[in-house]
Amino acid sequence: MTALLEVNGISKTFDGFRAINNLSFNIGAVELRAVIGPNGAGKTTFMDIVTGKTRPDSGQVLWGERSQSLLKLSEAQIARAGIGRKFQRPTVFEDQTVAENLTMALKAPRGPFRVMRWKPTPDSVARVAELAGEVGLAQRLDHKAGELSHGQKQWLEIGMLLAQEPRLLLVDEPAAGMTLAEREQTTTLLRRLAETRAVVVVEHDMEFVRRLSCKVTVLHQGAVLAEGSLDHVSANPEVIEVYLGR
Amino acid sequence: MFIRKNPSVLIFLAVLAVFTLTVTLMSEAYGSGAVPTSMVKTLGKTLCLALAALAMDLVWGYAGILSLGHMAFFALGGYMIGQWLMYARTGEIVAATLANAPIPPTPTEISDGIAGQIFGVVGSAELPLTWSFAGSLPLQLLLVLAVPGVFAFLFGWLAFRSRVNGVYLSILTQAMTLALALWLYQNDSGFRGNNGLSGLQNIPGLTHVPQSDLSVWFLWASAAALALAYLLAAWLVSGKFGSVIRAIRDDESRVRFLGYSVEGYKLTVFTLTAMICAIAGALYYPQAGIINPAELAPIASIYLAVWVAIGGRGRLYGAVIGAVVVSLLSSWFTGGRAPDLNLGLYTVKWVDWWQVLLGLAFVCVTLFAPRGLSSIIDAVKGFRMPNRRGRDLGPDLGALREKEAEA
Amino acid sequence: MRHLLLSLLLLFAAPAFAQDLASVLTTHRNQILKPSRQTIGPVIEALAAAGPEAGPVLEAWADRRLGLVDDRFVILDGETARDAATGAIVPGEAKALKPNSGVRGLISAALVQFQLTDPDPARRRAALEAIARQPDASQLQALREAAPETDPALAARRDRLTRLLTIGYDENPEARLAAIDSFGSETSADFQAVLNPLLATRRVAAASLPEDANIAEELSPGSDALPGAEAYALLVDAGLAPPRPGNAEVKAVLAAHLAEGQVGGVPVAEQSDPARRDDAYAALAAAGTVAPIATAEEVTQALETHRFADLYAEPNPEITSAARAALRGMQTREGMAQAADLTLDALSLASIYFLAAIGLAITFGVMGVINMAHGEFIMMGAYTGYVVQTVIVDRTLSLVVALPAAFAVTFLAGVLLYRLVIRHLAKRPLETLLATFGVSIALQQIAKNIFGTQARPLTAPAWLEGSISFGETVSISSIRVAIFVLALLFLGLFLVIMKRTRLGLQVRAVTQNPGMAASMGINPDRIAMMTFGLGSGIAGIAGVAIGLFAKVTSELGSDYIVQSFMTVVVGGVGNIWGTLAGAALIGGLQKGIEVLNPGNTLAAQTWMILFIIIFIQFRPRGIMPQKGRAAEA
Repeated sequence: MTALLEVNGISKTFDGFRAINNLSFNIGAVELRAVIGPNGAGKTTFMDIVTGKTRPDSGQVLWGERSQSLLKLSEAQIARAGIGRKFQRPTVFEDQTVAENLTMALKAPRGPFRVMRWKPTPDSVARVAELAGEVGLAQRLDHKAGELSHGQKQWLEIGMLLAQEPRLLLVDEPAAGMTLAEREQTTTLLRRLAETRAVVVVEHDMEFVRRLSCKVTVLHQGAVLAEGSLDHVSANPEVIEVYLGR
Repeated sequence: MFIRKNPSVLIFLAVLAVFTLTVTLMSEAYGSGAVPTSMVKTLGKTLCLALAALAMDLVWGYAGILSLGHMAFFALGGYMIGQWLMYARTGEIVAATLANAPIPPTPTEISDGIAGQIFGVVGSAELPLTWSFAGSLPLQLLLVLAVPGVFAFLFGWLAFRSRVNGVYLSILTQAMTLALALWLYQNDSGFRGNNGLSGLQNIPGLTHVPQSDLSVWFLWASAAALALAYLLAAWLVSGKFGSVIRAIRDDESRVRFLGYSVEGYKLTVFTLTAMICAIAGALYYPQAGIINPAELAPIASIYLAVWVAIGGRGRLYGAVIGAVVVSLLSSWFTGGRAPDLNLGLYTVKWVDWWQVLLGLAFVCVTLFAPRGLSSIIDAVKGFRMPNRRGRDLGPDLGALREKEAEA
Repeated sequence: MRHLLLSLLLLFAAPAFAQDLASVLTTHRNQILKPSRQTIGPVIEALAAAGPEAGPVLEAWADRRLGLVDDRFVILDGETARDAATGAIVPGEAKALKPNSGVRGLISAALVQFQLTDPDPARRRAALEAIARQPDASQLQALREAAPETDPALAARRDRLTRLLTIGYDENPEARLAAIDSFGSETSADFQAVLNPLLATRRVAAASLPEDANIAEELSPGSDALPGAEAYALLVDAGLAPPRPGNAEVKAVLAAHLAEGQVGGVPVAEQSDPARRDDAYAALAAAGTVAPIATAEEVTQALETHRFADLYAEPNPEITSAARAALRGMQTREGMAQAADLTLDALSLASIYFLAAIGLAITFGVMGVINMAHGEFIMMGAYTGYVVQTVIVDRTLSLVVALPAAFAVTFLAGVLLYRLVIRHLAKRPLETLLATFGVSIALQQIAKNIFGTQARPLTAPAWLEGSISFGETVSISSIRVAIFVLALLFLGLFLVIMKRTRLGLQVRAVTQNPGMAASMGINPDRIAMMTFGLGSGIAGIAGVAIGLFAKVTSELGSDYIVQSFMTVVVGGVGNIWGTLAGAALIGGLQKGIEVLNPGNTLAAQTWMILFIIIFIQFRPRGIMPQKGRAAEA
């Protein structure tokens, strides 16, 4: 199995605090992976580094079949290369309609002048409607995103991610603030998505991770502590110590 | 299709057309003469200011970049057209003088004569390199767009590349304006120092046309430019491009993760609006007749922001309304035509107190009516603001402060 | 008067020499009456040898006051004439002798000896000063031969003067070089004045340069130092090339020979072409009507075949190079002194920027708010100082009252601004910027309406006037020193408030995490208000300080506001040391650029702002940025 994303020995220090410490991580082209770890384990910093928001002090991040380095690319270039990110807090453009939000995210040329000349086509309109249907917002296409409920905003953001058609999806704590039914729905969606692409879910909630039933990577103090099935890592004494405390 | 989706554009164009026609029919040259030529000029200039405000609205109201330097581009446009106006006009005069001599002048003699005439005031008789193209109208017209464009591009590239935003960017643009103004103030920068360029109301080749006619022509040209720019701006903001720049205004890092190069968009908008401002300036200064470095003072750009804020940013017509209302009121109050207000103990002379009124009015608008005067139009239209739940992400909650607060 | 006294003295002096003087005068009578440069030498020597009484005679002779009544030499003193040898008043019509300037030169040289050995030290000093004022070759000998000086100060002065004159006039190059060396690394003006004429040059043009010429620099025509036209003018002046009249002259000549619409067969209409004008002129020249002028090719050729150079008037290259080296060393040392002066200047400018920016930095750091009215607070402080001064006459007392008064006024204004405006625009920094700008234009206009547009004086107390100087070139005005001290004081005060007081602790807490601070019982609103007031109050004090040396007008604040912003931006937010570094950088930079481009403050500011724009490229968050993950976003 060739890796879609290959992270080799990255480190990052903030004012003397080692957020990431010689971390290595691989994920295949079609895979669902859960990353767990206590607070301060470096989960968010790891995602920041992969998406280009933060530059590591050392190490390399390679992407795709051609093993392109992501470290020299800007956030936008990384996103265009096919990495999508779902934030913990829903961030949608509240002043714009659901349709506008989705249209912006649609896979299409991103340059300013191409965008200026871009016109909605029947295809694009249909695709937006389809995506809205998929995330349960079909009736709300012309509503401003600011009018949506918290959960609906979460779904809109997921819809926008789908519209981007990423090859790798980074999802930050999707279960936070969701009802049980919504969690169920989210699990189903994530597993379905992982059938065609790589999905990395960062999560606290062991119950939710269990539902995903996938390979789990445990981070601790900025490095990988254990990797394997959930049952396998839960049996690891070090993991138990980290999670349950001394 | 585009017009149907944006009926306000049609209304705006209609109002503009009616206004221009009315003024023409009341002008001294083509109508009853009820509106004196100086007033026609004032109105024409106001349209140019409205055009600049429109550009400011695009860059600030839509893209969220509070530029305190767009009047610099306005003035640069004026300088570029002023070079041709002054060179060609002086050329005519010099040629006429030299033609009286028995021996006809050589081209060098004419250009030396022009240089002497133009630069005598700053103690120089040589044409600086910056005036190389001053003799050619097409080239100088190209420079009207190119110089502010390239300047804005370079500045924007440097600023956006290093992710300077929020108040930092505003202060930086202000510094840029100040630097440019100070440079132009120097006699040896090649733009006649603080004398500036003058006599711009005389159009070379059209000396036989009276100013009353010219003023109407310029009114039409300004109106046409405003109409075209309004169409362009409306087209831009109504499409996906508008969607992206508003998204950048509200949360630029999110836009980055969508794969849009935020810097590229900001740069495009910054440069485009700089060029619109330059066109406005190129139309404004032939009506004003004189341009000098004082026009670039940072305060001018801040006033531009004031107009847009009072008119209501994030709406194109808001910017136009703001510019028209405030600049006309301003010239009414400072022109000494407003009646004094007798308070018994103290008589308020508006010439002295207008600035105070404007400043306080501006504070009140920012505090109580962030949507500006256009909120009146919203009320008239019965346009209900969407009842937004969740965080209030106004145009100004730039990414910077939000993110800082987050940590 | 002096001469009168001398003459009186002579009257009582022993008459032994007088006889000699009288006999010398009689012996050389004819030469004295009709002196010539060649023959007068021995006469002057004889007179000089005749003793101190000869001094007044020589003096009078050089001053054209030596005359003749009948056959007796007399010294004329206004209307009266006294016998040259005895000093007795001689009645009768006197005829003044009029020696030529060459002779007079010789006489004064001889005189120097007398003056240099005069018993009165004041006269000896005067003689030395006179020589220093107008040195010439003849005095060198006198200086060397005069009897040894007893007064040590005068001896040193004389020795110095001798060496200076040696540099200028000694025949022996070795002696001159040694004299130049003897001054070592001195930078005094008299030494410089002696060296400069040695390096005087004249510009020559010739087919070939003389072999023995001491060439300062060979010039190529068409270079910056020697434009082509100037080079050709040199050739014309030297008679090496025919003149080439300017276009205007050619045109006048052509116009004068205009006949029937053409000149020299060339139609007038074609003469807007310079080539055709040349043709017309050539035709006139060929016909012999006008003198021919050099064509462009001839000019080029003439320039190519001749050599141009600056030659030293001083023929000895060793001397010129020694002089050049001495001058160069002098310039370096002067440059260093100036650099020291400049550093002091920059330091005081930096203190001003620091004072003006510190309040801004506080409010920006704590609230992320840019207060555009900050400049107007500075202005309010300055006007407060002015008002206090109109009430309290005593300058020192009024200053002592003005500082806290300015603080109080602007503190209140700041608190008011915060309560009324800024509080309601929380987390909307750009709108705050604009709203405070509205306040700024209103305040400025109100100040104009109250105090008028003309500048108001804010006078410093007497003990702050004048300046403190170090050495010859380095000096700094006391006001600026006071401002520097004030800036240091505020730095200290700020540090104490921030690190040692409860308010400071709370301010730091609110800066770092407002939410957390609030949940711990700190009222962020109150803290923000206090810091805003504090920042504004410091602006007021800065206003008084600035008002002391600048004019107080309603635009005072806006003159400093952009620099203050730059200081904050360059320094970095939320760190007093950053503000200090920013102020130092901006102040130093502005002064530095002013030196590179003297007399052009506008250019200095332009370049400074450009530099800052570039600087932001590399340090977008300033010299001392806020640290941590928050700043990464």
